[in-house]
Amino acid sequence: MILSFKDKQLYAIKEKIETNTRLERTDGITLYNTNDLIGVGALADFVRRKRHGNKTYFVYNQHINYTNICKNRCLFCAFARDRYEKGAYIYSVDQVREILTQNKRSHLKEIHMVGGIHPNAPFEYYLDLLKTIRDVCPDVHIKAFTAVEIDHFSTISKLSLSETIKELKQAGLDMVPGGGSEVMSDRVHGELFPKKIHRKRWAEVMKAVHAEGLTSNATMLYGHIETIEERIDHFIQLRDIQDETNGFTAFIPLAFHSENTKLSHIAPTSAYLDLKTTAIARLMLDNFDHIKAYWVMLGEKLAQIAQTFGADDLDGTIIEEKITHSAGAKSSKGLTRDQLMHMIRSAGFEPEERDAFYQPVRNNE
Amino acid sequence: MNTIESIIDAVYQGQRISAESAEILYHNGPLLTLANLADHIRYKKHPDPVITFVVDRNINYTNVCISKCKFCAFCRPLAHEDAYVISKEVLDQKIQETIDLGGTQILLQGGLNPDLPFSYYLDLLSHIKQKYDIHIHGFSPPEIEHMANISGLSLRETIKQLKYAGLDSIPGGGAEILVDQVRCHVSPNKCDSKTWLTIMETAHELGLPSSATMMFGHIETPTQIVTHMMRIRELQDKTSGFTAFIPWSFQPDNTHIHVRKATAWQYLRVLALSRIVLDNIANIQASWVTQGDKVAQLALSFGANDLGSTMIEENVVAATGVHFRLSKKDMIRLIHTAGLKAAQRNCTYDILQWLS
Repeated sequence: MILSFKDKQLYAIKEKIETNTRLERTDGITLYNTNDLIGVGALADFVRRKRHGNKTYFVYNQHINYTNICKNRCLFCAFARDRYEKGAYIYSVDQVREILTQNKRSHLKEIHMVGGIHPNAPFEYYLDLLKTIRDVCPDVHIKAFTAVEIDHFSTISKLSLSETIKELKQAGLDMVPGGGSEVMSDRVHGELFPKKIHRKRWAEVMKAVHAEGLTSNATMLYGHIETIEERIDHFIQLRDIQDETNGFTAFIPLAFHSENTKLSHIAPTSAYLDLKTTAIARLMLDNFDHIKAYWVMLGEKLAQIAQTFGADDLDGTIIEEKITHSAGAKSSKGLTRDQLMHMIRSAGFEPEERDAFYQPVRNNE
Repeated sequence: MNTIESIIDAVYQGQRISAESAEILYHNGPLLTLANLADHIRYKKHPDPVITFVVDRNINYTNVCISKCKFCAFCRPLAHEDAYVISKEVLDQKIQETIDLGGTQILLQGGLNPDLPFSYYLDLLSHIKQKYDIHIHGFSPPEIEHMANISGLSLRETIKQLKYAGLDSIPGGGAEILVDQVRCHVSPNKCDSKTWLTIMETAHELGLPSSATMMFGHIETPTQIVTHMMRIRELQDKTSGFTAFIPWSFQPDNTHIHVRKATAWQYLRVLALSRIVLDNIANIQASWVTQGDKVAQLALSFGANDLGSTMIEENVVAATGVHFRLSKKDMIRLIHTAGLKAAQRNCTYDILQWLS
């Protein structure tokens, strides 16, 4: 590992990590409170290299945000619009077909599709979206609809959660993204996103998703009003679900961007908080395979550094990111495969192009 | 035995590192190990967890330059429509604004303008000193060499007269990479490395402190990066005149060198190595202008103890399309969220004011 920890409290945590002892809530709090950023990074790097060696994963993917119309109107969101508000949109199934056929990308392996909680669109619309993507891109994995959207579908279709998921799966859904849990705290829920599903419901949906044989990701939106304790409790709740289902693939820390939101007075996250959160996620979530450095939110520079702070995945090419850029993100809207591989190689890691399920992709170039 | 382990151990014990070992460390030391070593040395030198910066403004008195360095996007030929020499009115206004914003110094630099006589510079200095109580950090070695050429004076006499007219300290610019093999490609018309070092040595002898910089991430090799650091270290052993070292990465847009921009990873490695190699220089500056605020904050754990300046105005890096801005308030927040104390300093690193 490293020669010496500036913060001597980290030696006890090192001991636990080397003996595969699960970290406790208090350990997580210690890790957030320390100023020894390099020490925290070294601990996370040890775990990351034990699991993945020198490999960093990435995927050739594309985002589709089918609508920005949303009745939840969470305070941290700059993307959502009311139905008749200027700039509100919902893609028709034909528009989605057009987006996909316009620039057919032969490398494409994953579509990430999420959208607002639209007040009127029927369940069939969402099934048609999936069927259309499946039809245009038969070999591409579809990762779509957060737990929040799936809960909404179950309400509008009057089907049980498991039936709803079965229908989605039949229409082409391969995997579920991790959004919508934000911070799993009743206080933060009440203050920032009261109309969105409660953490208990989010867990219920995820468990149902996993029970239907689909995997999912998990996320945490940090850097707004949440406390250190609330972040650690979030990790522990995710870890508990994972102990039960083993259905989570990756955890993605999401750095809050406040521009154009109702919380625009909140300063951007610091590099220290970004890297600590990545590293502490790696250390607390001992039953998760992958920790992602989401470059859209971190910026390309910090995402590169995050590879030695616990992250083993740089997400992907993305192409036209909308949600974080509505909130003032300064990162690119997309990266080329070449740019991603350079970010990985120039940091001494080995790029591994993957599909949605972390299976290696062979490119004939 | 010169293994990576023995090198790391020797550095940790406080031993001076050789060029050969520095290169091995640069190639093979894990990033966090470099940070660990650099941070360890930084706290031995500066036990207080304080990050300082100066409030100043860059004033570029002219953009006319005969040097035509390939990495530059700022310079213009004499007859170009954008060519300028600053007027006294604009100069005064810029200085007054700096003082009004709590600034204590100006960084006065410009191109090698063939139309300006030596008296122009002396007049510029005495004009400023007569009107304002402000520290003048000005004229990098290539400018001083240019002045010596046009005045026919020796380097020593040129510097003496500049000091007499009001110059307080010299910025470390124009060093690029202090290896002539590199310089003859990227800045063939600029002073060679020996002249750069001689000017600094003379300035130090005459009681003018200076900083030193390094611009990497273009055509240089890691060996040449280490050579650059060694040359600075040797001179510092003789004069103790360098107040700070500032490595920054080349910004290729709008220039004539077409390379991929150095990554944050490379920047942090070079920064940490600077702290490790330059055991006789007190201050290592993070370059937020080229790296942005997030990497600049990280730099504080990779050996840097100073954030340079607020730079109320900056034109040269901005000409490459890189526009990172950082207000005094943002700078303080950046320091505080890293768990450190913030202080405003002057050019010689005395603390003027604690900031909360």
